[in-house]
Amino acid sequence: MTSVLTSRATRRDALSHWANKHRRWLFALPAMTFIVCLIAFPVVWTAWLSLTDASGSVRAESTFVGLKNYGDVLTDTHRFWPAVGRTVSFTVVVLFFEMLFGLGIALLLWRPFRGEKWVRIAILMPLVATPVAVGMMWRLIFDPSIGPVNRLLVAVGIPAQPWLAGEYTALPTTMFMDIWQWTPMVVLILLAGLTSLSDEPQEAARVDGASGWQTLRWITLPMLRPTLIVALLLRGIDALKTFDILIAAKGKGGGSFNEVETLNLYAYGLSFDYNEYALSSTVLILFFVIIVTCIFLLTRKREESAS
Amino acid sequence: MIQSRRYKVFRFTMLVLVVLFLVLPIVWMVLAAFKTNVDIYDVAKTIAFMPTLENFTKVFAQGNFGAYIINSSVVALSATGASLVLGVPAAFAMSRFVMNKSALVVLMARVIPGISLLVPWYYIFSNLRLVGSLWVLILSHMFVSLPLIVYIMMGFFDGLPLEIEEAGLVDGLTHIGAFWHLMVPLSRGGMATAGILSFIFSWNNFMFALVLSGSSTKTLPVAIYDFIGYASIDWGALMAASTVVTVPIMVIALFTQRYIVAGLTAGATKG
Repeated sequence: MTSVLTSRATRRDALSHWANKHRRWLFALPAMTFIVCLIAFPVVWTAWLSLTDASGSVRAESTFVGLKNYGDVLTDTHRFWPAVGRTVSFTVVVLFFEMLFGLGIALLLWRPFRGEKWVRIAILMPLVATPVAVGMMWRLIFDPSIGPVNRLLVAVGIPAQPWLAGEYTALPTTMFMDIWQWTPMVVLILLAGLTSLSDEPQEAARVDGASGWQTLRWITLPMLRPTLIVALLLRGIDALKTFDILIAAKGKGGGSFNEVETLNLYAYGLSFDYNEYALSSTVLILFFVIIVTCIFLLTRKREESAS
Repeated sequence: MIQSRRYKVFRFTMLVLVVLFLVLPIVWMVLAAFKTNVDIYDVAKTIAFMPTLENFTKVFAQGNFGAYIINSSVVALSATGASLVLGVPAAFAMSRFVMNKSALVVLMARVIPGISLLVPWYYIFSNLRLVGSLWVLILSHMFVSLPLIVYIMMGFFDGLPLEIEEAGLVDGLTHIGAFWHLMVPLSRGGMATAGILSFIFSWNNFMFALVLSGSSTKTLPVAIYDFIGYASIDWGALMAASTVVTVPIMVIALFTQRYIVAGLTAGATKG
């Protein structure tokens, strides 16, 4: 009887010892397995699909075609390259304004003031709002006939604009929507950066007679540089991948003239509207290469500025 | 800081404009949700109008939004819960043992476009005949929440001193015991931060459910999207639907502001 108990106890001790010794992998492995299975494996599969002629049905047989799809996609000036152009211009424009307004608002909020709490709550609201709902909200506000924006314009004597309905105004309007929703994100990041800065260099500059503008330009902004690059990086990755508001604003294919079709929307359409899985995978692999290149360039910039 | 009177006036004006710019569109949406379609078209009734609940009745009765609220809640809560269970120990291990390569894999998950995963997932899950089930939605949303939680919790554990754990070991706890009895209770704030953000991101997620949900497992963003059919848009109902989806999340944000800001800016100011 006692021997059974002790053996059970030693076995439990041994198990506990083993578990504690290998806790590093015991802790990390379930999550890592999940991520690898759900992410790494699909990415490899996407790469494989891009080398085949998979299309039609997910259960259909497919054959290896080598780099043919890459040739087809890279010479496609009808849908692919315009989508690249829209993705890049969308990202560059929204990043520019989000960083500009984000920095401006963060600087306004930096020093404490009365009513700060309410401004902070207002800043949080666009950020947490559901992007699809935000898209619908702007659809009403920019509606050419009943939207308040056009009514306001007409009231002050400016002709009504087509906004989302226009071939050339649709993309800029979606940029505006993105800037509305995500400038607050930049504000929050930069505000965290500003509050973590030490006050001394700025005090010193002021004692030396620097004006507010000079202190900002030559002391505060250079010190904030690493945080500015983080904000640029985080927003940049998401801006390249924008999907929800575009499809909410213009529907599948980015509108009937593909006015707002970015790479993300194009790949989605290829897969789930046309069942062209191989072509879609090719677009995605190329898209992925673009994203990784951007990140690589920015992180190198960040390391340079850190050293 | 010495502020000139002029700067104070300038700052006040600018901030008022910023707040109006951010809040007015939302106010417009909520007002339209309480208007009849006739009133939405009427300039004279921009602010003064007879509020009606007709749109909300439509959304819940014909739009079946009650069921979608349940779907969205189940998916967001399950994905967040499962990600916390998997992610918190993993973040702890990665923080304590400086597992940089593993951390990099987690970070990659935040970079990859979701669509590049959707194609293979759709392949796999439709062959398993799982497309349209809540299980697939929970799994796919964990793709967003797990990396997020690992990332935030890693930063949190980096900030907890090693001495606490060592004190536990001196008192006779095992390593795992010290994690469970000391680190987990201490990281409640971090878990709240990570959990709330994960819930919000899952609630707002549109792309995964758009492909992987069936007619009975639709989540709220997909339900709104389906509201705009090919026919003319029912603006009142559409705005009511959008309000039903966004306002709860805004109320949550109002009460958990501190956590959300901490989570969104996690790691942003590290060197």
